[in-house]
Amino acid sequence: MADASASSNTNNTKKPAGPPGAKKPAGPPGSKKPAGPPGAKKPDGPTLPPGYGGDGGGCGLSRKDFSSDQDVRWCPGCGDYAILATVQRLLPELDVPKENTVFISGIGCAGRFPYYMDTYGMHTIHGRAPTFATGLKCANPELDVWIVTGDGDALSIGGNHLIHLCRRNLDTQVLLFNNKIYGLTKGQYSPTSEEGKVTKSTPHGSIDAPFNPVAVALGADASFVARTMDRDPKHMKAMMKASHDHAGTAFLEIYQNCNIFNDGAFFEFTERGTKASRALFVEDGEPLTYANGERGLRLDGLSLEAIDLTEGRWSVDDCLVYDSSNREMAHLIGRIFDQPDLPRPFGVLYQTERPTYEQQLHDQLGAVRAERGDGDLEALLHSGETWTIDA
Amino acid sequence: MTSPSDAASDAPTRSIPDATVLFAGDSGDGMQLTGAQFTLASAYARNDLATLPDYPAEIRAPAGTTYGVSGFQLHFGAVDIHTPGDRVDLLVAMNAAALKVHLDRMRPGGTVLVNTDAFAPRDLELADWSDADPLHDDTLDGYEVIEVALTTLTREALSDTDLSKKQVDRSKNMFALGLTLWMYSRPLDPARDWIRNKFSDRPAIRDANLTVLKKGAHYAETIEAIGTRYQVDPAAMKPGTYRAVRGAEATALGLVAAAHQSGRSVFYGSYPITPASDILHEISKHKNFDVATFQAEDEIAAVGAALGASFGGSIGVCGTSGPGVALKTEAIGLGVMTELPLVIVNMQRGGPSTGLPTKPEQGDLMQAVYGRNGEAPLPVLAPASPGDCFYMAYEACRIATTYMTPVMLLADGYLGNGSEAWRIPAVDDLPPFTVENTTEPTDRNMMTDDDGNPQFLPYVRDDDTLARPWAVPGTPELEHRLGGLEKEHETGNVSYDPENHERMVKLRAEKVQRVTQSMPPVPVRGPRQGSLLVLGWGSTKGAIDEAVERCRAEDTPVSAAHLRYVWPLPADLGALIDGFDRVLVPELNNGQLIRLLRNAYDAEFVPLNKIQGRPFRAAEICTAIRDALTPVAS
Ligand SMILES: Cc1ncc(C[n+]2csc(CCOP(=O)(O)OP(=O)(O)O)c2C)c(N)n1
Ligand code: SF4
Ligand SMILES: [Mg+2]
Repeated sequence: MADASASSNTNNTKKPAGPPGAKKPAGPPGSKKPAGPPGAKKPDGPTLPPGYGGDGGGCGLSRKDFSSDQDVRWCPGCGDYAILATVQRLLPELDVPKENTVFISGIGCAGRFPYYMDTYGMHTIHGRAPTFATGLKCANPELDVWIVTGDGDALSIGGNHLIHLCRRNLDTQVLLFNNKIYGLTKGQYSPTSEEGKVTKSTPHGSIDAPFNPVAVALGADASFVARTMDRDPKHMKAMMKASHDHAGTAFLEIYQNCNIFNDGAFFEFTERGTKASRALFVEDGEPLTYANGERGLRLDGLSLEAIDLTEGRWSVDDCLVYDSSNREMAHLIGRIFDQPDLPRPFGVLYQTERPTYEQQLHDQLGAVRAERGDGDLEALLHSGETWTIDA
Repeated sequence: MTSPSDAASDAPTRSIPDATVLFAGDSGDGMQLTGAQFTLASAYARNDLATLPDYPAEIRAPAGTTYGVSGFQLHFGAVDIHTPGDRVDLLVAMNAAALKVHLDRMRPGGTVLVNTDAFAPRDLELADWSDADPLHDDTLDGYEVIEVALTTLTREALSDTDLSKKQVDRSKNMFALGLTLWMYSRPLDPARDWIRNKFSDRPAIRDANLTVLKKGAHYAETIEAIGTRYQVDPAAMKPGTYRAVRGAEATALGLVAAAHQSGRSVFYGSYPITPASDILHEISKHKNFDVATFQAEDEIAAVGAALGASFGGSIGVCGTSGPGVALKTEAIGLGVMTELPLVIVNMQRGGPSTGLPTKPEQGDLMQAVYGRNGEAPLPVLAPASPGDCFYMAYEACRIATTYMTPVMLLADGYLGNGSEAWRIPAVDDLPPFTVENTTEPTDRNMMTDDDGNPQFLPYVRDDDTLARPWAVPGTPELEHRLGGLEKEHETGNVSYDPENHERMVKLRAEKVQRVTQSMPPVPVRGPRQGSLLVLGWGSTKGAIDEAVERCRAEDTPVSAAHLRYVWPLPADLGALIDGFDRVLVPELNNGQLIRLLRNAYDAEFVPLNKIQGRPFRAAEICTAIRDALTPVAS
């Protein structure tokens, strides 16, 4: 990104009047180059204008440039490591200046995420990350704001903020680390734990019906809903990239293994022995097949039916062809949750375009200003009926 | 000019220093409008003034009931006016319920103007006065009563128009307005101009209102019932341009001014709650200034978004009332920990819980000062009058950004809804407001991290203010992480180190303490030494000033001081208190400032508490002043 010759920074003694973040978009990428010890973080990629970085080197940065010097404190073997690594691998490929990237998290094991990223970040309070992200993104729409949250954080204490975030369609990515457990508080059941779950707080089994997070997001009219898993970094990266590319609230549920308090919660979908038969990866324009093409999903009236494609009765032509822009289909597939005979869907389940919140906010501010002109404080203070007392 | 004010009349005109008028009637009677027009006329008559509307809590209360009564009180004078008035000199009661509700506010010997058309048995029954006959029994003994058939007279005045009966009846408030304007020798022209403007596209209504207004004034001039006409001379007000401003409006204007003068945006997040919603309504009108508004899903989201906006370089502000502040508590603590600017406006109301939503109380001072988990100090400001809300809102933004801290602004419904004649400040006279973001790495704010890379130090502090740098996302090379976990001194890394925690707690406390550097001296009314100091905070200033003025006029030795910068306690307050034998502390709560004072100073503090959802009357404070002085004298 950096074009040293274009950087007038060192010569420019006059500071900008306003905050770079508040009044206008963050400084154009390329206006400054990272300082630092020679070679340490110096981009060695080609000098390209913003937006022309192409895959894999837009910023000329590498995974290392996005990791902070802080020790990662998750339990060894935790699925969070794979998620962190994938994000750090993805970011250098995005055409986003490093200084414009911000991670906002709530509380939980997942919530520690920003500390490990060498970007801007804020570890906020339990469940409320979407609120901080909303204010930040409104203050500076140029920022690339990621929300990192857990199943308890997003769906229990923060459920209200999550649905309103989706409804408003703030342009942000929500990475929901779903481990079906409260990790940080040492293993109580969460709003995604299955019924009957035995934990420290439910020695006789939980009696709560669980949420299916993607169904919650679909119900809240999220404009992008996807699911992936920590054990499939390639798919995870593709899903993160798709989330990032989406303008609007991109909700990405990540099945994450908590090997300490809920080990194997998703193994059925993520491990070699069962993954093929239990996980279905949807792709636009492709028939819904799984089990290495041996099985598929067809519509039976308004219901889904799992069909065997090897017996000769059904063929791949009978399978539903996925279309993530089709809301009804997304609801049908996204709703697959507690039917043991149907595979769990992964991939981009739904995607639609609608105006983003911050865009509308700034459009409105701009329209008012265009109509009335810049605010005149003297005139505003004198508005209404006034009277003058002479000296 | 044909204003009846200039016309001859038999009634003798008496000059009085000030008067309090209360218009009261059904929600649909147009009392707020009538009051506003009387206010305007008084402004044109160059009086000082203060007003207080009294809305019913119910949105659409049944007509004629006591809980549907809407009132507008106005105190105006040739003298300094501090409050909307202790006692009512003229009550205009549009119906029986209005009389019933407000009779206890009357000054003995005051005047009651009643609309006799609304005292039929059905009206009395609705007012829970079935057994009474207030116009004929002894209810109004001791008052001067002016009986006017307002509805009948209005209908007669408009008998030759095509307006519907409903339209005709709706203009009877203009009859009352014309009549009262005449009684107090006010000009009719401001009201006429307003009517012409307001109904410019509905000529029939416009003419009807103009006719009725004039008829009201003529009627007053003609009937014998009005024994005395009053004259209130212009007040000796400081030269300048004035307007009437309500506290909620002034708060919004102060925030707009902060955006304008600082050159950065104000982000106002709020969830509707009485009596704070009007700030949101007002600030939403001014989006051609650098203000964005966000109606959040709840108060937590409102404060979260405000703090997030501050992280992004805006001035994050959230307005609410006590219950909302309770919800925001955890996020405010995050503001303390992350040391970001944040302004929380609390338009206090009676509590606890939902309490008295429409009534003022100063019950949230302890909540503001101490109401967070952990050691989480923050500065607390409290405007002293509706117009002062402008300055204190502006000041709250200045302090929040200068010291990188959340600031609580404690107003209340009395200030928010009340209005006063406000001398409009010249924009150039506003305190300077320049706050810079940190945009460059420097030797001081950078270090080499464990990986050998340059790392910004987000918690390096300014020597004077102890504020940490405000580097916003989007600034190259200054990437850093904030959060609620304890921060290591300077690096901002998460730290569980015991010594570091103690140090950071003390640093945050010291930083808030240093806000005293930015406070002006505590203003004192009267001598700086003596037997009694009356020390209040926030919205009680008007009543205290008036009481102290009255007492001093009677040679009672008393002084008054008032805190608008409430926390930390101003640096010069201790020395001031030392100059007095005792200190009377009036508060609209069960004694909160007094605890802070007792904790800080070794002096004799005498509480004066009122917890009735109503502001102090100056007379109540006068009595307390005399009582507090008695033991000293004896
Ligand atoms: C207001 C508040 N209540 C409770 C807690 C305690 N707490 C911290 S994390 C957490 C649950 C986290 O679960 P989840 O969101 O699933 O995250 P995980 O640790 O599993 O990644 C709870 C209850 C808190 N920090 N704040
Ligand atoms: S408790 Fe579970 S989720 Fe948390 S760090 Fe350990 S393994 Fe990961
Ligand atoms: Mg969890």
